[in-house]
Amino acid sequence: MKEPAIKTDGQDTQAKDADQAQPHGGPRSQGPSEVERAASEWKHKYEETAKERDDLFETISGNHVEPLYTPTDDADRDYLRDVGFPGEYPYTRGIHQSMYRGRMWTMRQFAGFGTAAQTNERFHYLLEHGQMGLSVAFDVPTLMGFDSDDPKARGEVGMCGVAIDSLADMETLFKGIPLGEITTSMTINGPAAIIWALFLAAAEKQGVPFEKVGGTLQNDAFKEFVAQKCWCFPPRPAVRLVVNTIQYAAQHMPKWNSVSVSGYHIREAGSTAAQELAFTLKDGFTYVEEAIKAGLDVDDFAPRLSFFFNAHMDFFEEIAKYRAARRIWARHLREIYGAKNPRSWQLRFHTQTAGCSLTAQQPENNIVRTAIEALAGVLGGTQSLHTNSMDETLALPSDKAVKIALRTQQIIAHETGVTNVADPLGGSYYVEALTDRLEREAEDYFREIDARGGVVTCIEQGYFQREIHRASYRYQQELEQKKRIIVGVNDYVETDEKIEIPILYIDQQVERDQVAALRKVRETRDNDLVARRMAALTEAAKDESKNLMPYLIDCARAYGTKGEMRKAMAVVFGEHHEAPEF
Amino acid sequence: MDRKIRVLVAKAGLDGHDRGAKVVAASFRDAGFEVIYTGLHQTPEQVVEAAIQEDVDVIAVSLLSGAHMTIFPEVVKLMRDKGADHVLVTGGGIIPPQDMETLGKQGVGKLFGPGSPTADAVEYIREWCAAHPRMV
Repeated sequence: MKEPAIKTDGQDTQAKDADQAQPHGGPRSQGPSEVERAASEWKHKYEETAKERDDLFETISGNHVEPLYTPTDDADRDYLRDVGFPGEYPYTRGIHQSMYRGRMWTMRQFAGFGTAAQTNERFHYLLEHGQMGLSVAFDVPTLMGFDSDDPKARGEVGMCGVAIDSLADMETLFKGIPLGEITTSMTINGPAAIIWALFLAAAEKQGVPFEKVGGTLQNDAFKEFVAQKCWCFPPRPAVRLVVNTIQYAAQHMPKWNSVSVSGYHIREAGSTAAQELAFTLKDGFTYVEEAIKAGLDVDDFAPRLSFFFNAHMDFFEEIAKYRAARRIWARHLREIYGAKNPRSWQLRFHTQTAGCSLTAQQPENNIVRTAIEALAGVLGGTQSLHTNSMDETLALPSDKAVKIALRTQQIIAHETGVTNVADPLGGSYYVEALTDRLEREAEDYFREIDARGGVVTCIEQGYFQREIHRASYRYQQELEQKKRIIVGVNDYVETDEKIEIPILYIDQQVERDQVAALRKVRETRDNDLVARRMAALTEAAKDESKNLMPYLIDCARAYGTKGEMRKAMAVVFGEHHEAPEF
Repeated sequence: MDRKIRVLVAKAGLDGHDRGAKVVAASFRDAGFEVIYTGLHQTPEQVVEAAIQEDVDVIAVSLLSGAHMTIFPEVVKLMRDKGADHVLVTGGGIIPPQDMETLGKQGVGKLFGPGSPTADAVEYIREWCAAHPRMV
């Protein structure tokens, strides 16, 4: 085990003091001891005379914040070892040498609702307005691998994402969108391998060879158990499917990101920034270990793993979180897993602004929140970004709200100047101290998770779920006691407020249409062929050494549905149930 | 003898967003209610069965997936079918105000949107139970 090359004094952000920069025309400070003396003097004066408001002075995650950070806070930080340069190990300052001077982040708005045809229309709308890549939101039955005509899907079809049952829906979803040119990100986890098979079959139908298809599969089975709770199979078979997809991408799809290890949902479920960081990276390390166990070389797949983080309202803590994430990933991949390819060390990530920070009250204020969060993502060096729409606490976003959200990114990119320089906040005493602290908190969690038997055991025993629940309950109580203020919610409230933004409604007709379309697919396909391929899938599932991707793709080509594929595997893998706890 | 108010906190449908449900359940417990939490992915039938078995006063359903117009009316109907319409069906989640109104007309109690203090839900349930004493 490496020793994290950071300070370990437990309370590092307790600024030992503060050096206020020398006044204009004053003498230059002569060295660390002089700075330390001056800083300690300043702190002393502060404690004696400064008046503070009655406030928490904590980050949103509940970490104490000092009134000032100075060079005396980084006594143990070594610039070359811990901070370094953009494009160089440990990548604290960004994974690319030129960052946004070279290339802007990808503006990628998550979208999906109703039927495949409706979402296809939204995709064309977004592409026409300057969006650079697609990101598919699936409805809940799809996220769990149930067909639209399954009794469990009642009322949910097409509601908070698009309903995709078979290859026929995938063909419609990407009609007129060349899958060899536009990259596609798919937020799908439990049944990720199934949905990926349907997608690949659609690409094949467009005549695009697999090696030309670029995009990302979220495919993070662990975080479903930890936070989002849309699982398909129990944790152990779920990990096998993830490893199968990692392996398939490594062998056949050089432009595909096989897993987007996701902290987003962990944060939305109420975690702190440190929990988001630690649980997500630990999930990522566990996939790495499992893939290595399956016989893969770390450098054959690690460059295709990416990450997905939340951008919450605590501006500096979020920026520090992204910087810490890069440094931790680089250190572990190189020092623990022995990766030799620098691309394996580089943590690439997508950011989405925090849905849970938005308010149903005075929803237009959400535009401002989202802009601040998006700016944190950019200052943190994100590779792609989704900005939420102002109306998402009320319903699915309307076209206008989605456009404003996209425009927010364009304003940051083209009007603010923040893209001129890499890691503009690097060297900020505060941001560097927060970065160090988050790295240390994450390392503490890694040790705790290991001591408890690793990620799968922690999931089975409800450890992550309890930690997150505790944090979210504490936060909610702070809101109710008004220790924290949310504008429009517990202060600056407008009691007679009328919501005047248009809301996108999903007609329940969508469910009827989707079920009818699914019936038609079942009537017109070769059902004997489907049955044979499903049987082959079940057989392969019994053999741990088999990669299931080719079997799934065969099922997809024959217009087998996702629910049928799920069932064909569930007879071997079983179902998952979580013990209810609160 | 004062009987503790019994509340079933339910996640109905496939929606996995359980942050709100768990926070609300913990607040109800802290407010002195007896709380039964169903856990995730319950069908309306399972919710109603649990409510009857546990002899609750209140069912509080959490829904953030958009399925509210299907699931709430179904829970209300099933409770009526079982002769258990003395139980309050309330809840919360991402539910547009127009839908709250429609559901109210169908026999669903007050629904709480994002940002609602848990204390409001506690107070609502206390008042409702005081106004609807159980016949023993």
